[in-house]
Amino acid sequence: MKEVTTGNHAVSYGAMLSRAQVIAAYPITPQTQIVELLSNFCATGKLKAKFLKVESEHSVMAASIGASLAGARAFTATSGQGLALMHEMIHWAANGRLPIVMADVNRSMAPGWSIWTDQNDSLSQRDTGWIQLYCESSQEVTDSIIQGFKIAEKVYLPVMVILDAFVLSHTSEVIDLPDIKLVDKYLPPFKARDMMDMKNPRAFGGLVTPDFNFELKYKIQEAMNQTIPVAKWADREFKRILGRSYGIIEAYKCEKADTILVTSGTITSTSRYVINQLHAQGKKNVGILKIRMFRPFPAKEVVAVLSKAKKVAVIDRNIGYGVGGIFCQEVKAAFGNEKKHPEFFNFITGIGGRDVTPKDIQGIIDYTETHKKPKEDIIWVGLRK
Amino acid sequence: MRNEIPLEENLNSGHLACPGCGGSLSMRLALKALGRKTYLVLTACCWSIIDGPFPYSAVKIPLMHTAFETAGSAASGIRAALDILGKKDITVMAWAGDGGTFDIGIQALSGAAERNEDFIYSCYDNEAYMNTGIQRSSGTPWGAWTTTTPESKGEQKKKIMEIMAAHRIPYAATLSPAYPEDFIRKYKKAKSIKGTKFMHILSPCPPGWKTSSEQSMKLSRMAVESGVFPLYEIENGTKYTLNNPTADFKIKPINEYISMQGRFRHLNKEQIKFMQENVTSEWQRLLRKLKYA
Ligand SMILES: Cc1ncc(C[n+]2csc(CCOP(=O)(O)OP(=O)(O)O)c2C)c(N)n1
Ligand code: SF4
Ligand SMILES: [Mg+2]
Repeated sequence: MKEVTTGNHAVSYGAMLSRAQVIAAYPITPQTQIVELLSNFCATGKLKAKFLKVESEHSVMAASIGASLAGARAFTATSGQGLALMHEMIHWAANGRLPIVMADVNRSMAPGWSIWTDQNDSLSQRDTGWIQLYCESSQEVTDSIIQGFKIAEKVYLPVMVILDAFVLSHTSEVIDLPDIKLVDKYLPPFKARDMMDMKNPRAFGGLVTPDFNFELKYKIQEAMNQTIPVAKWADREFKRILGRSYGIIEAYKCEKADTILVTSGTITSTSRYVINQLHAQGKKNVGILKIRMFRPFPAKEVVAVLSKAKKVAVIDRNIGYGVGGIFCQEVKAAFGNEKKHPEFFNFITGIGGRDVTPKDIQGIIDYTETHKKPKEDIIWVGLRK
Repeated sequence: MRNEIPLEENLNSGHLACPGCGGSLSMRLALKALGRKTYLVLTACCWSIIDGPFPYSAVKIPLMHTAFETAGSAASGIRAALDILGKKDITVMAWAGDGGTFDIGIQALSGAAERNEDFIYSCYDNEAYMNTGIQRSSGTPWGAWTTTTPESKGEQKKKIMEIMAAHRIPYAATLSPAYPEDFIRKYKKAKSIKGTKFMHILSPCPPGWKTSSEQSMKLSRMAVESGVFPLYEIENGTKYTLNNPTADFKIKPINEYISMQGRFRHLNKEQIKFMQENVTSEWQRLLRKLKYA
């Protein structure tokens, strides 16, 4: 069924189609519409779920953890400050191996107060053991929530589905809402591997001595390793049953590219627009590598695409203060032991919700093509100096 | 008199509590009353150690350890899951210390109580952060020594029961492991009521109170008899019922209770008199509530 929907409502539809059973939520701009629509679904019986209106995001995640451990499919959504407040429980969800799915609407961290997008909120959670999927369109958002549960319930790690504030969360587009019967076929009811169970009473999350803890953490890394093939499988299955696929990364028009832009989120769409125009004009030496899955980082896949290029321009809507763009760090690290690597250019742009326009992308391409090497470690785009 | 203490044991021996720990005896009694159809939520506190390290557990029921401040929220999540999964007959009990309840967890607790979530919240109150080595909490009484009140605590104990009563939850009670029949009866009553139930248990702690372990039950009894920790119930936030064993609404002087505890050793006569005045006035306040409820 075709539906005109915002990125936020695309999240709500994804959770509804996935038949989430417990939704704990707390409002924060720009996420609020997600939970408003979900609360409406619950109130009208469109979704048979318990909607918990808890008193903070910290409690949101604690309640989601409790619900998941007791055997329910748990979903929530947050943004910026809310995600930061959850941080302790973000670790808890992953270390507890709970297949919770959460949407994060990227929001710049305060101060000063900002409701606009950049990725520092979600990227601050990159080492917690959550799988992270960055989305480009509303369609991808709905589909990624559904895929998120499929992946999470296979590898027992939580999944964060990430979308840009306003640029995606509040803009409308037509999406194809999957038939729930097909979603049911793709995503059967959740049957927890380990859960609180009277027939097999066990303790979860208690004191763990150095004698065991190392191994428990090792297993999370093992699950992360498994996640890459599992996510590819989940995407293939999605294609088979629901007719769409995204890949964990996407090489776009890279066949003849000697310069490749590395993008995530909505900057990808803007870049596609520019690249399409260039290719239409016969300039086919520039392509895009979209990174959809950031955790686990698909290093092998990224290297396979980028090693064919002479120059790589990584566009970061985030900053690891004292280092540079976070995607750029990861891309460079992926080449760590490779003998040859392309020249890397790190562009930082769009922080705090500043618009990233086709002109900015064209500027990034021009800079990269006209310089043998970057003149600075960080090339700021759209910054007023 | 019929023995009203169930024989059923849901807490194994071999747990890691100190000898004379009021918290472990209280858990034993609570689980006797609630039975095996109970899910337990434990926050960071002495009990996260008492239960034993991975892969062991001292209780015979499913147990979720959770972060310090999340008893109210984690229990809400479990309740929601059980309800949607059709397992409504399982009781959920959150169990936290005074620190986890009066201080860091009060937001999640207040949220759960305001929503009237259907679970039992138990606070075993040993009147300080014992897990981390005896630091003051807002449940620590005036005058007590702790490592962060090296002279003497200058503030009064927070009136948690009044805070919970102000939420108008269906049931709140004070309990003492020295009165096991009363203890069991209250847990059974809590189990039969839908909504948020708050159980406040005074739990002697020999290392934290600087007492000898064989005196814990005596101290528990003295706390009740002296009115330092009277036993009562509050229904719907307004209906108070006194269960104190003391006759004629009389309380004993606090002197002996205070003098038995090393944490109060530094107090002079004047200070003990000040404490007595406080206890007496709080007791009278409680009696007035009984009358006018
Ligand atoms: C967020 C957070 N802050 C601090 C701690 C450290 N901590 C663990 S238990 C505890 C004290 C617990 O006190 P209480 O709730 O009274 O329980 P008790 O140890 O006395 O049984 C503290 C401070 C923690 N686990 N988490
Ligand atoms: S320190 Fe106190 S509360 Fe903790 S186990 Fe020992 S006696 Fe019990
Ligand atoms: Mg304590």
